[in-house]
Amino acid sequence: MHEMGIASSILEGVATEMRRRPGCRPLKVGVRIGEMAGIDPESLRFAFDALILDTELQGLGLDVEYRPPRARCRECAREFDVHNFELLCPGCASQNAECISGDELEFAYLEVEDHEPCAAGRKSPE
Amino acid sequence: MNRVPLEGKVLNENARVAAELRERFRQHQVFVLNIISSPGSGKTTLLERTLESWPQTQRVAVLTGDIQTENDADRLKRYGFPVKQITTGGTCHLDARMIEKHISEWDLERLDLLIIENVGNLVCPSSYDLGEAAKIVLLSVTEGEDKPLKYPSIFFKSELLVLTKTDLLPYVPFDVPAAVTNARRVHPAMEIVRVSCLTGNGMREWLTWLEHRKGAFLTELAQSVAEVG
Ligand SMILES: Nc1nc2c(ncn2[C@@H]2O[C@H](COP(=O)(O)OP(=O)(O)OP(=O)(O)O)[C@@H](O)[C@H]2O)c(=O)[nH]1
Ligand SMILES: [Mg+2]
Ligand SMILES: [Zn+2]
Repeated sequence: MHEMGIASSILEGVATEMRRRPGCRPLKVGVRIGEMAGIDPESLRFAFDALILDTELQGLGLDVEYRPPRARCRECAREFDVHNFELLCPGCASQNAECISGDELEFAYLEVEDHEPCAAGRKSPE
Repeated sequence: MNRVPLEGKVLNENARVAAELRERFRQHQVFVLNIISSPGSGKTTLLERTLESWPQTQRVAVLTGDIQTENDADRLKRYGFPVKQITTGGTCHLDARMIEKHISEWDLERLDLLIIENVGNLVCPSSYDLGEAAKIVLLSVTEGEDKPLKYPSIFFKSELLVLTKTDLLPYVPFDVPAAVTNARRVHPAMEIVRVSCLTGNGMREWLTWLEHRKGAFLTELAQSVAEVG
């Protein structure tokens, strides 16, 4: 339900970045979302596409890296992905691990059309 | 084509306001709790029983969020503590701006505890930081023991699970050990109390948890002040 708010927040981030790159066109935005962030990637994509429909951003791609939680073993310090809530260390088989991430909701990258103004835009002040 | 790294959180604006709020709460030593559950799990009832048990000298305030109506605030105002309703007008969660706006008339220096009852919803509120010191989740025994696995996000982020309406256990097929196992699969360190607001069973455990957690917040605050100063 709140994916609409998340989608518009992603678009705000894109808009902010594009103000630094006048004359450029954004092609795709990449985000990292933890499985524990409570966000459904499909609903997010739906909301995102609905918001950019008939705007100058129509066609902008959304690349979601949907990541499982990460844990760190308290015995051997190894870090590993957690699947199906199984906190079993693949290194030493200990079950004594702590979660270190899983609810992230972050920007990763932006792909922009590569031509002269873009490269210049990177250096130009706000 | 040109790929440029983008940094920062997606809910940047909310994260910024929440960080400001958290800093203010720390400065004024206000312990803030964010209570989340599906609609009707018993958030307001638990708060009623809680406020009822406290003397007027307790320096507590409550913010209660709903999509519509002032009903919950009206229920909670009876106990004589400051209470404000936040009606979101359709939004399925509270965000940090709403908190900032609704506490603006309160003198934080005169508070020790701020309890926020979030909008009834097991999904959306978990994404919005309100500047709280701790999130807790309520699950009533009529909702099914599989909820921690179906809605892992909020169980992942909550320090305490309050299993509510335990007086109904004789009438519903709810497997308490399975609920506990499921909650701890998602969040191994989760603390769990079982409460019936009807009989009062478990209220003492809940109030003890609250007191301890608030104490831990103040201790941590004192340590960080000592380190800086
Ligand atoms: N049997 C029983 N009923 C309870 C208990 N706690 C709450 N209820 C009932 O459950 C219903 C919902 O309780 P509320 O406290 O309004 O729930 P809520 O989580 O605040 O609901 P929303 O704010 O609308 O999401 C009410 O009819 C309460 O009387 C309990 O411990 N036992
Ligand atoms: Mg309520
Ligand atoms: Zn290990």
